[in-house]
Amino acid sequence: MTGIVLETKGLKRRFGAFLATNDVNLKVERGARHALIGPNGAGKTTLINLLTGVLPPSEGKVFLEGEDITSLASFRRVKRGLTRTFQINQLFTDFTPLETVALAIAEREGIGHNLWRSIAGYGAVVDEAAALLDRFGLASVMGERTAILPYGKQRLLEIALAFASKPRVLLLDEPAAGVPEDERHEVLAIVSDLPSDVTVVLIEHDMELVFSFASRISVLVAGAIFTEGTVREISADPRVKAVYLGENA
Amino acid sequence: MNAISQDVTAMTDSSAATAESRAAKFMKRRNRIRFYEILVWIAAIAAIFVAPTKLLILTEIAILALFAVSLDLVLGFAGIVSLGHAAFFGLGAYIAGLMALHFIAEPVVGLIAAGLVSGVLGFLTSFLILRGSDLTRLMTTLGIALMMAEVANQMAWLTGGADGLGGFTVGPILGTFEFDLFGRNGYIYCLVVLFLVTMIARRLAFSPFGLSLKAIKGNPMRAGMVGVPARRRIVAVYSLAAVFAGMAGALLTQTTSFVSPDVLAFHRSADLLMVLVIGGTGYLYGGIFGAIIFTLLKDWLSVVTPQYWMFWIGLILVAMVLTGRDRLARWIEFLPDRFSRKEAGR
Amino acid sequence: MLTILFDGIAYGMLLFILACGLTITLGLMNFINLAHGAFAMAGGYITVVMMNRYGISFYWCLPAAFLLTAAIGAILERTLYRWLYQASHLDQVLFSVGIVFMSVAAADYFMGGQQQLINLPPELSGRMEILGVGIGRYRLFTIVVCAVLVVLLQLILSRTRFGSRLRAAVDDRRVAMGLGINVSFVFALTFAFGSGLAGLGGAMGAEILGLDPNFPLKFMIYFLIVVSVGGTSTISGPFLAAMLLGIADVAGKYYVPAIGPFVIYALMIVMLIIRPSGLFARGAGR
Repeated sequence: MTGIVLETKGLKRRFGAFLATNDVNLKVERGARHALIGPNGAGKTTLINLLTGVLPPSEGKVFLEGEDITSLASFRRVKRGLTRTFQINQLFTDFTPLETVALAIAEREGIGHNLWRSIAGYGAVVDEAAALLDRFGLASVMGERTAILPYGKQRLLEIALAFASKPRVLLLDEPAAGVPEDERHEVLAIVSDLPSDVTVVLIEHDMELVFSFASRISVLVAGAIFTEGTVREISADPRVKAVYLGENA
Repeated sequence: MNAISQDVTAMTDSSAATAESRAAKFMKRRNRIRFYEILVWIAAIAAIFVAPTKLLILTEIAILALFAVSLDLVLGFAGIVSLGHAAFFGLGAYIAGLMALHFIAEPVVGLIAAGLVSGVLGFLTSFLILRGSDLTRLMTTLGIALMMAEVANQMAWLTGGADGLGGFTVGPILGTFEFDLFGRNGYIYCLVVLFLVTMIARRLAFSPFGLSLKAIKGNPMRAGMVGVPARRRIVAVYSLAAVFAGMAGALLTQTTSFVSPDVLAFHRSADLLMVLVIGGTGYLYGGIFGAIIFTLLKDWLSVVTPQYWMFWIGLILVAMVLTGRDRLARWIEFLPDRFSRKEAGR
Repeated sequence: MLTILFDGIAYGMLLFILACGLTITLGLMNFINLAHGAFAMAGGYITVVMMNRYGISFYWCLPAAFLLTAAIGAILERTLYRWLYQASHLDQVLFSVGIVFMSVAAADYFMGGQQQLINLPPELSGRMEILGVGIGRYRLFTIVVCAVLVVLLQLILSRTRFGSRLRAAVDDRRVAMGLGINVSFVFALTFAFGSGLAGLGGAMGAEILGLDPNFPLKFMIYFLIVVSVGGTSTISGPFLAAMLLGIADVAGKYYVPAIGPFVIYALMIVMLIIRPSGLFARGAGR
């Protein structure tokens, strides 16, 4: 089954006089590996915030599987299968990884409002949480406080947590950002092993990773889509190089 | 084809199975009964026989503890700072008084009525605290409590105004147990209510609901991103806390046979915050420990300096905040640099 | 009718002088200081002691109240408050409530629980008729003094070097530090200045608002209303809010004494709901 799963129409976001997102029309195909690249300050994270309802857009609309989700709260988008990770870890630092993931599974299963039964009583939830943590290499630390975990492990938990909601569309905001070199391969392996029926939108600065992972690339510059294409097209485009070199110069 | 999409059959290898059994153990350990919990209740029951002359102050402690457990649900779990929790306490106190005066002398009915009416007020006002910062919440809750106090003061035909509401007698509990002069049955009554409410709150604390509340407190943005409907949860817990606070107020009315406008006073909300800070928030028993320490302290101070105990309470508050801050700061030193900055910026 | 309006304006002016220090603490330092009224009370008691015990002229008492309260503010800021700028709001609330409790008990201890009276100079007491409107001389005096203060305040903030430093520190603390502005000194001076204004307001308000040990508790909500309704990013916002509140309160007490305060609290809550973040546009972005 193909088709457009996530789409924006004329999306704009202003911060005062600053236009952080400028008329973005993005189309993401089902099952795609869609990379979003661009120099710092191009508005990549703002775009993700607009897609997931962290920020309301100033203008324009967001569609998930053809339905207008522009005015839906974040949690409702999650229920419809759209979730994300954050560039800077947004974890529940007082929770253990097990509690963190169990919470997301409980909410997904619609038992989050139950105030009478202990979580321990939901065997299926606990088992699933354990299995998920095991797959993300977090089983050994499942009972530790998240705040004291090494950064690489927290990064994995960040992804595992998004994954626990069983998303159909997963937005990854620089998943390997800040991860020390020796823990990096673990995160990258997880990202490249994501199941193919999940549509993935990836923000990343590491071009090697982008080119090996993505099927399609959108280049964002100054809040607008600069160009879009396949890996081959983008990697051969001299203008894209110029945009990046311009930033480094 | 890849590791994550493999289905359940391939997953039940040894490492996943160990993980599952360890996870089950961790989860069970979370809500095991702690030693101090048993100790608290044994001591509370033993007090009936050991300290039969101190039952009045013990009753006071039990009521304050119930009130504090109620606020802990809001503050310690959902992370909502309230300066007006006395609104629900006071409303419950007046409802219980009016029930006894006009309708039925039996206290348990009055207790339930007080809880329900306060719960309705909690439900209605919960929508006012959904949005905004700590500051707007503080002011909104404070404003609601002040409005309630003003209503109680002005509707003298109903509430007795500044003179308070009296002239009613509270009947025997469940028609059997009379309130005696030593306050023995009154204490047992309050203790039973406190125990039941604490047990309910305890179940809540370890439920998915309780976990989601702590998630809202810890990181509201991420909570939304794992599918937690924060507004609905806050409305629910705030209403429930209002029910418990109203019951605490009702207990005060029923054990003293009098309601004064003091039940709605600002200092009651402020004292309550202090109780929770002394005992610690977010684990329910903090309210109970805090109530014990606070009441004994206040009792002792009001004997030593009858008129100026407020000064010392204030001093303790200030000292507590200043030293607590230091302790927190030392705490953060143990965390990696990246997190200490994040914590400090909150 | 016009007399009520006039009284309301005088009352509103006083509220503004009392509360504008809090505007700064809340808006600039993002500090929830519920103890602001304690500084106002200190100013009031300083005046009472100086006038009634030492017979010093009322006109000298006003600057003295300002300076002494500012000094108290500076000392407390350096010793206690500055440790809590980064603390949680709950800590700030508890801390300042503790200060309120201490000040209430201390005032009771030193001055007794009764209402304090001050004998105004004869030229300030009594009423006079202007165009058929009965005007209290003292209220006129209050309005004039406060109006001068408001203008001065506006000039200090917009014209002086200190004002621009303060505004820089408001906008971005870190950038201001990078520019070589001694932010903690600016904060301390501002805190002291705001406390001094509160002290001055307390001294002038002793006649109109009354003065007893419960002053900080009684007026806490009024100060908070001024700040929340007026916002913290301008001088004119809180000023208008204070005038509105003053007129509404005086008129309410006169026409509908039974529900006056109720209406004011209700209005505050409505305001908070309609514009919760707009009112605190600067404060809430923490």
